[in-house]
Amino acid sequence: MTLAPPSIAAVEKYSPAYESLVTASAAAPEWLKAVRQQAWATYSELGIPVKRRGNELWKYTNLQPLAAEDFRHGLTGEVSVDQLKAVGPWDDAWNTLVVVDGKFNTELSNLHGTNGLVAGSLADAISTGTGDIESQIATLAGREEYAFTALNTAFLDDGAYVAIERDTVLEEPVQVVFVTSSLSESRVNYPRLLVDAGENSSVVLIETHLNLAEESQFSTPVVEMFAHAGSSIRHYRVQMENEKSFHLGTTRIRQLDDSNFTSTSFAVGASIARNDIHTLLDAPGASCTLHGLYMTNGEQQQDQEISTTHAKPHCTSDQFYKGILSGKSHAVFSGKVVVMRDAQKSDATQKDLNLLLSRGVEIDAKPSLEIYADDVTAAHGATAGHVDRETLYYLESRGVDQEAAKAILVRGFAEEILNEFEPKSLHDFVEKVTDERIPALLAESDTLGTA
Amino acid sequence: MLEIKNLHTSVLDIDDSEILKGIDLSVGKGEIHAIMGPNGSGKSTLANVLMGRFDYVVTEGEITLDGESILDLRPDQRAHLGMFLAFQYPAEIPGVRPWQFLKAALDSKAEARGEEKMTVRNFSKLFDEKVGAVGINPTLVKRSLNEGFSGGEKKRNEMLQLEVLQPTLAILDETDSGLDVDALRIVAEGVNSMRSPGRSFIVVTHYQRLLNYITPDVVHILVNGKIVNTGGPELALEVEKDGYKKYLVTSEATA
Ligand SMILES: Nc1ncnc2c1ncn2[C@@H]1O[C@H](COP(=O)(O)OP(=O)(O)OP(=O)(O)O)[C@@H](O)[C@H]1O
Ligand SMILES: [Mg+2]
Repeated sequence: MTLAPPSIAAVEKYSPAYESLVTASAAAPEWLKAVRQQAWATYSELGIPVKRRGNELWKYTNLQPLAAEDFRHGLTGEVSVDQLKAVGPWDDAWNTLVVVDGKFNTELSNLHGTNGLVAGSLADAISTGTGDIESQIATLAGREEYAFTALNTAFLDDGAYVAIERDTVLEEPVQVVFVTSSLSESRVNYPRLLVDAGENSSVVLIETHLNLAEESQFSTPVVEMFAHAGSSIRHYRVQMENEKSFHLGTTRIRQLDDSNFTSTSFAVGASIARNDIHTLLDAPGASCTLHGLYMTNGEQQQDQEISTTHAKPHCTSDQFYKGILSGKSHAVFSGKVVVMRDAQKSDATQKDLNLLLSRGVEIDAKPSLEIYADDVTAAHGATAGHVDRETLYYLESRGVDQEAAKAILVRGFAEEILNEFEPKSLHDFVEKVTDERIPALLAESDTLGTA
Repeated sequence: MLEIKNLHTSVLDIDDSEILKGIDLSVGKGEIHAIMGPNGSGKSTLANVLMGRFDYVVTEGEITLDGESILDLRPDQRAHLGMFLAFQYPAEIPGVRPWQFLKAALDSKAEARGEEKMTVRNFSKLFDEKVGAVGINPTLVKRSLNEGFSGGEKKRNEMLQLEVLQPTLAILDETDSGLDVDALRIVAEGVNSMRSPGRSFIVVTHYQRLLNYITPDVVHILVNGKIVNTGGPELALEVEKDGYKKYLVTSEATA
C-alpha cells in the first residue's frame, strides 16, 4: 500500500460532482453506494496519474494535459439517429443500445425484442436488480488500484446492460454506442457496460465510441464481461473520439470453462487514448483472442494495455496488434501474459507490429511474459519498420505512382486486422475510415523517397 | 523501339561499384531478344536499370524508348510508356490483393495516358480470363500478393500481371527459373500469344529450353557487365553445350 503523496492531481476537481451524486442518490441501493464510496476512496488516493517515474502503467503517457483541464459533469445533449449513422457503424438489423453522455437513451436505441437477449439501461438494471448485477458489477473493474476505473465506478449511475440467456445463440450483432453529444462544453463521461453471457450462449458485441463534440472531452469507459461456461463473445471495439479528447478505457473479462472471447479493436480517435483490456482465463479450456489496429498521426497518443492471466490449465491466449504511426504521434503497446502456477498446458502468443511513416513518431512496445507454470507454450515479439523500398518499387514498376503505392502498402498492412471485422456494415465502416485516414497519415509521412 | 548506348551503371552511394560497363543494345519493334550470361554478370541489374530501380545510378550512356530518353523517368512513368519487368524475385506484399492492385495499376496507366479507365466489370472479366490462362489457382489471387506463394506461383503471378497489363516492352528476368514443365509452357505460350509487331520482349534466361518454345530473334551474351557476343538462336545452343568459359577468359584478359 503506497501512501498518497501530499498533492494528488485533480481530485478536488471531481469532488463537488461526487458529493452532489451522493446527495442526489439517497434512494440508491445500499450496495451501489458502498461500491461508489470505495471507488471514490481509491480515486482520491490515486488522482490522475501524472507522475510517470516509477509508475509502470503510465511511464510512457503524459497525463498532465488531462489533469490541467476542467470538465463539466452531468450535461446531456441532443443526438439524432442520423448523426449516429453519419459518424459510426450502424445496421438496422442489429440490436443497438445508445448511451448519450453516459445516459442510456431509449429513443435512439433500436431494440428488436429478440428472444434470449436482455438489453437496456444499466440504471434500470441496477434499480430492479436484473440478473446477477449486484454480484457482478464492479467486481472485475472498480475495486482495483486503477485511477480511471475507480473514477468511473465512483460515478457509476447509468450505461448499458446486456445479458444473453443460457443456450441463446444470437444471429445478429448487438451494438452498444457510447456517444458524446455536440454540446460545446468540455465534459467528462462515465460510460459503463456490463455483459453477462450465459452458459453456451453466443453473441457478437460491437462496442462503439463516438464523439460529436468539437471541444475536448474526457471519457472513461468501463466494460465488464462475464463469459460463462461454453459461451462465446465476439467483441469489436471501435474508438472514434474527436482529436482533442481523452479516452481512457478499461475492459475486463472473466472467462469460465471452454468459453471463447475474441476481440478486435479499431482505435483511431482521441488526443490521448488508452485501451486497457484484461482477460482472466479462470477455468480450464477458456480461450481468448485480443487483436487490434491503431492508427495515429499529428500529436496523438494511443496506448494498448493488453493483458491476460492464465489462472487455470489448458487455456490459450493470443494477442496481436498492429499500429500505423505518422506525424509526431506516439503509441504504446504493453502486452502482458501471466501464466499462474496451476495453469499447465497454457498456450500464449503476443505480437505487436508497427509501421512507422515518419521519423517523428515514438513507439514503446513491451511485450512481456510472466510464467510460473512449467508446461507452457509461449511466444512473443514486437517489430517496428518503415515502408519497404523494394515493395514500393514493385508497385511503382506496375504503373502506380509513389503516393498511391504507399497508400496501397499502408492499406495492405491494415488489411489483416480489417478483415477480422466480419459484420458487413461494420467491415464497410472500418474500411471507409481507414481509407479516409490514410491520406492524412501519408501527408505527415517523411520516411520515404529520401531513405 | 529501345536503344541502349554505352550504358554504365553503379550502385547508388557505393564507390567503385560499377556493374554495367558499357552496354549497347538495340531492340526493334516486334523483336524478341534473349539475354544469357553467368550468375552475377549484371542481367538483373540491366533489367532493373531499364525499369528505373531506386538504388542504381547511370554514370554514363543513354537509354531511349521510341527516341526519347527515359533516364529521368520514374518507374511508374516508364510503365505508363508500356514497359514491364517480370521480376526474378518478385516482392511479397502482405494484405495487397492482386485484383485490387492490378486494377489500380491499369487505372493509373489509363489516367496518365488520358485514356478511359476500364470498368470493374470488364476488368473482372479480363482478370478471370488471364487467371485461367496462366493457370494460377484462383484462391491464390484472393490472398496477399505473392505472400506465401511458392517460387513457381510467384512466376505465374508475374505472367498474370504481364498479360493483364499488356505492355509494349516486356522484360522477363528468369521467369522460366523454378518452373515445372507445364508452367514453362504457359510462360512460352503467354509470350508467343502476345508476340505482335508492336510489342518487344527482352527475355533473360539461363536455359536454352525456354528458347525451344520461344524463338528469339537475337541472343546476347552478357559477361561481367558487357555484352560479349550477339547472334541468332544458335548462340543459345552453343552456350548450353560449352558454357561461358571462353567468354570468361576473354573478359578477364581485357579487364
Ligand atoms: N543493389 C546492389 N547492391 C550491391 N551489389 C549489387 C546490387 N545489385 C547488383 N549487385 C551486384 O552486381 C552483380 C550483378 O548482379 P545481377 O543481379 O545483375 O546478376 P545476374 O546476372 O542477374 O545474376 P543471376 O544470374 O544470379 O541472376 C552481382 O555481383 C551483384 O552482387
Ligand atoms: Mg538475375
